[in-house]
Amino acid sequence: MSTDSASTYSHWKLEYDVHNIVWLHLDMADSKVNLLSGAVLEELRSVLDELTNNVPQGVIILSDKKAGFIFGADIKEFLELDDISQSQPFLDRGHEIMDKLEALPCPTVSMIKGMCLGGGMELSLACNYIVASDDSSTRLGLPEIKLGIHPGYGGTARSIKRCGPLPAMDIMLTGRAIPSSTAKKIGLIDECVPERQLRQAAVSFVMNAPKRKRPPFVQRLLNNRLLRPLVAQQMRKQVSRKARQEHYPAPYSLINLWQRYADNPKRMLREEALSVAKLATTETAHNLVRVFFLQEKLKNQGKQVEFKPSHVHVIGGGIMGGDIASWCAIQGYTVTVQDQDPSRLAQTFKRAQSSFKKKYKRDRRAIVAASDRLMPDHKGYGVSHADIIIEAIFEDANVKRALYQEIEPRMKPDAILATNTSSIKLEDLSSSLNKPGRLVGLHFFNPVAKMPLVEIIRGNETEEDVVQRTLAFGLSISKLPLPVKSSPGFLVNRILMPYLLEAVTMVDEGIPPEVIDKAATDFGMPMGPIELADTVGLDICKSVAEILSAALDMPLPENLNAMAAANKLGKKSGEGFYKYTKGKAQKNKGARYADVQKVQDRLVMRLLNEATACLREEIVESDELIDAGVIFGTGFAPFRGGPIHYIRESGKQKLADRMNELKNEYGDRFESDAAWAGL
Amino acid sequence: MNNRRDVYIVDGSRTPQLKARGRPGPFSASDLAVTAGRALLMRHNFDLGEIDEVIMGCVMPSEDEANIGRVIALRLGVPQTVPAWTVQRNCASGMQSIDSAFHNIASGQANLILAGGVEAMSRAPLLYNKTMVNWLSDLMMAKSLGQKLKTFAKFRPGHLKPVIAILHGLTDPVVGLNMGQTAENIAAKFGITREQMDSFAVDSHHRLAAAHAAGHLDEIETLYDSNGKFYDHDDGVRPDSSIEKLARLRPVFDRKYGNVTAGNSAQITDGATLVLLASEEAVKKHNLPVLAKIVDSQWAGLDPAVMGMGPAHAMGPIMDRQQLSISDIDFWEINEAFATQVLGCVEAWKDDDYCKTHLGRDKAFGEIPHERLNVDGGGVSIGHPVGASGARIVLHLAKILHRNNARRGMASLCIGGGQGGAMLIENVSNEPLQNEAA
Repeated sequence: MSTDSASTYSHWKLEYDVHNIVWLHLDMADSKVNLLSGAVLEELRSVLDELTNNVPQGVIILSDKKAGFIFGADIKEFLELDDISQSQPFLDRGHEIMDKLEALPCPTVSMIKGMCLGGGMELSLACNYIVASDDSSTRLGLPEIKLGIHPGYGGTARSIKRCGPLPAMDIMLTGRAIPSSTAKKIGLIDECVPERQLRQAAVSFVMNAPKRKRPPFVQRLLNNRLLRPLVAQQMRKQVSRKARQEHYPAPYSLINLWQRYADNPKRMLREEALSVAKLATTETAHNLVRVFFLQEKLKNQGKQVEFKPSHVHVIGGGIMGGDIASWCAIQGYTVTVQDQDPSRLAQTFKRAQSSFKKKYKRDRRAIVAASDRLMPDHKGYGVSHADIIIEAIFEDANVKRALYQEIEPRMKPDAILATNTSSIKLEDLSSSLNKPGRLVGLHFFNPVAKMPLVEIIRGNETEEDVVQRTLAFGLSISKLPLPVKSSPGFLVNRILMPYLLEAVTMVDEGIPPEVIDKAATDFGMPMGPIELADTVGLDICKSVAEILSAALDMPLPENLNAMAAANKLGKKSGEGFYKYTKGKAQKNKGARYADVQKVQDRLVMRLLNEATACLREEIVESDELIDAGVIFGTGFAPFRGGPIHYIRESGKQKLADRMNELKNEYGDRFESDAAWAGL
Repeated sequence: MNNRRDVYIVDGSRTPQLKARGRPGPFSASDLAVTAGRALLMRHNFDLGEIDEVIMGCVMPSEDEANIGRVIALRLGVPQTVPAWTVQRNCASGMQSIDSAFHNIASGQANLILAGGVEAMSRAPLLYNKTMVNWLSDLMMAKSLGQKLKTFAKFRPGHLKPVIAILHGLTDPVVGLNMGQTAENIAAKFGITREQMDSFAVDSHHRLAAAHAAGHLDEIETLYDSNGKFYDHDDGVRPDSSIEKLARLRPVFDRKYGNVTAGNSAQITDGATLVLLASEEAVKKHNLPVLAKIVDSQWAGLDPAVMGMGPAHAMGPIMDRQQLSISDIDFWEINEAFATQVLGCVEAWKDDDYCKTHLGRDKAFGEIPHERLNVDGGGVSIGHPVGASGARIVLHLAKILHRNNARRGMASLCIGGGQGGAMLIENVSNEPLQNEAA
């Protein structure tokens, strides 16, 4: 191979092989991953000019990065697009370059190994053929929707042209990244092969230039002008279950775009750029991009030190301990899970099996491997092997202390002891240890597999290195680690609790729970507070609330006590604030209340006020970490960018005035926190 | 035996042995071995790469467990660079694996070996019979539609009659007797009565139940299946077994005139036993405990029609070589394939004639005391997963010696096909290791 091109580029490299095929390598300078930044695109424009003037046998685009193919556009650039006069040229340039690639008169192949997302996928779609490696690290997707926009470099029209409207819209509307085998099945790519055949396959496409298959007949039919309104209506209905138009306009714009312009691909491309140019300047898009960076910020918390435990030991085979153990096994760790009761371990193992089946589907070998990594450890052998021990037994300080005393002599000298306690102060537990500095809080949220955040609690005595290693561990199990000061409720439960209690108080006052929950979901919460309390379990809510109410001077609503006493514990007992049949809350759709706005304000204000108090008390390091913790720990409306950001954006004075009104009516719990003014 | 290094049994674990109950059991053979092996390895702190090799005994691995020793090693997380193999000497495969490890460590080739045996007898396959296989081959060869239809037409329901692998496995292919019939041969030869056999079986059950109750089976590691069930004891045990109850059972092999019943034979079970063996060097290097020392081992061949006499033939040469008399051995483990076959071995050793003719001795060894033989039960109560039993009895014998602060123990099995295997071990917990003594 290799007679290299005369021109030199800093991101791209052209390599000519014996067939006169150009292997076009992308190796973005000064970056671990490939992004379609402005500079990379501009250079691509020159490369394509060079190739148009001197047409080779074919072009094969590949990545030189170990990390993957192309992760998408450079989102940082996206942050700078404040109005349409800036966003429009940004998108037009992308379109121009993709069109140029598509217009090359020789066969073009995108050869993918590793992540291929967003702009990377759109670049591939502009090629004649796409071949991808079949390994598990290779995933393809158009995740733009998660940032409040939709594909904007021609990905909408081109993906629909390739695989038909249903699969293409599904990928774009969900934003999920799919394995290459699925991508091949739906026609998004042309070939999915083992890595060893990748180059051969790419060359074969160039040399044979086969005619591409059209989408199946049904898909072409659904693209028909007469059917589209119907299909689009169906799509809107589905989307509305997950995202409201006023909160998340992008999916609706995407559906409109397809419905209106699918007959005219050229027009659709133009309209696509227009639509994204508009969306990119919305508050929602800006806040979602902010959330993306908050997520990166949390990830960075775990990147300060290297820590890869060879063995994880979990004590406590309850739902929490068991789910933590099976999650760690899925993440590749060797895990022992200890409990004195083998029947509980048997249940744990059963639950783990169903998580493995959910995760690995029919891949029996993967299920066996994960099961082999997860050892039910009745006798506690794992203690002496573990680099990190996660204690998740029931909340009793005496029992925990006794346990620590028993296991510490068997622990490795520098092993970390992490407690999943949500309510006991670390300082009350570490006293039983010879090395109290090894105790750290590692607070998971339920359900473990779904909740992205873990709080890492630094006790007064916790060694810095232990905190750092635990943060790194949190990241290594694909969670977002948030360092938090040891203080009642830590960050997430503390901010959530006043909001939940306010909701419960309102039920006490006679406001229907349905109205309260709807007020919260209207604001953008994923689930209303009453249903959330029922889901978590009213006994658990009560015990957390009791601890917090003592520490934070919050009175406990009467009905919470009464219901817990009557064994109405929520979803798990079949009845809480709602009745449950088959795990679904039975809501009265006719429930009405006069002043819904006030209901929403009461909920939201208490949450915002507590977030402000946490900022003042420095529960976490910065206001950004508060926003991150609340979004990823509670699901707080991501399009609003987090509580502190929300206060600033909506005007702190306006909100403070509203607080005052509520205070006059409901008392001191609506006294705005001292830090409010300084925001 | 000069220049040979001492070999120590460091530790071992086994699964409970689960009785086959008609359908395939909840665990594959490698599942069983992984449960026993994970716990065993977890009790020690050496890097798994320190293991020199993994040797597993197994008679009938399933079709997706070829070289099951390697499958088990990799599933246990033993590094890919550590070789693993599988040994098969029928009912003594588990002892063969320990013996192979014994020789490789003694000769200096290895220092640390994970050995053991496993069998999931409930998962023994059903096979197509020969006519079915031929028919399938013809069908695959048929090219044209006409040929295919013609082949189809030749199909007969009888083609579907399966070959039950386990029945074939338990039938001697050379003399054509099934194992139960070889036991009947022994009963006839020594005049062992149904009552003697049943009484021996009752003891086996009572002894196992007592051992369970006393916590003498701490080598058992709990098995967990994917349906939320756990298994923490040998489930074929019948603490309420009695001669009256056993007397009601009908002979299963010689149905009309025989004496061997399901009640006085070993149970068909699934189970695994894994054992860690080490040289003195490895014991010191990794600070390992020592459960017992392997002193000697012996294999013997005899008439397949009386294969159950194997232990008498295999233990004899060790006794002579080590110049031991019966009273020098503190505890005996003779695998109970059939009650009558253990009783036959005991009888043979009491018999001057037998010892002269078959064992080349001047006179009989004497009587192996019943109270020192299979003191915690045996195959009749615990079951006999063929590939695993050899490892189980050696491990448990070592545990018995420890518990009783006793010195010597002899473990032995009979082997289908007409062989016997025996191993002499010694509790050295009261003695310093070899080099320190010197």
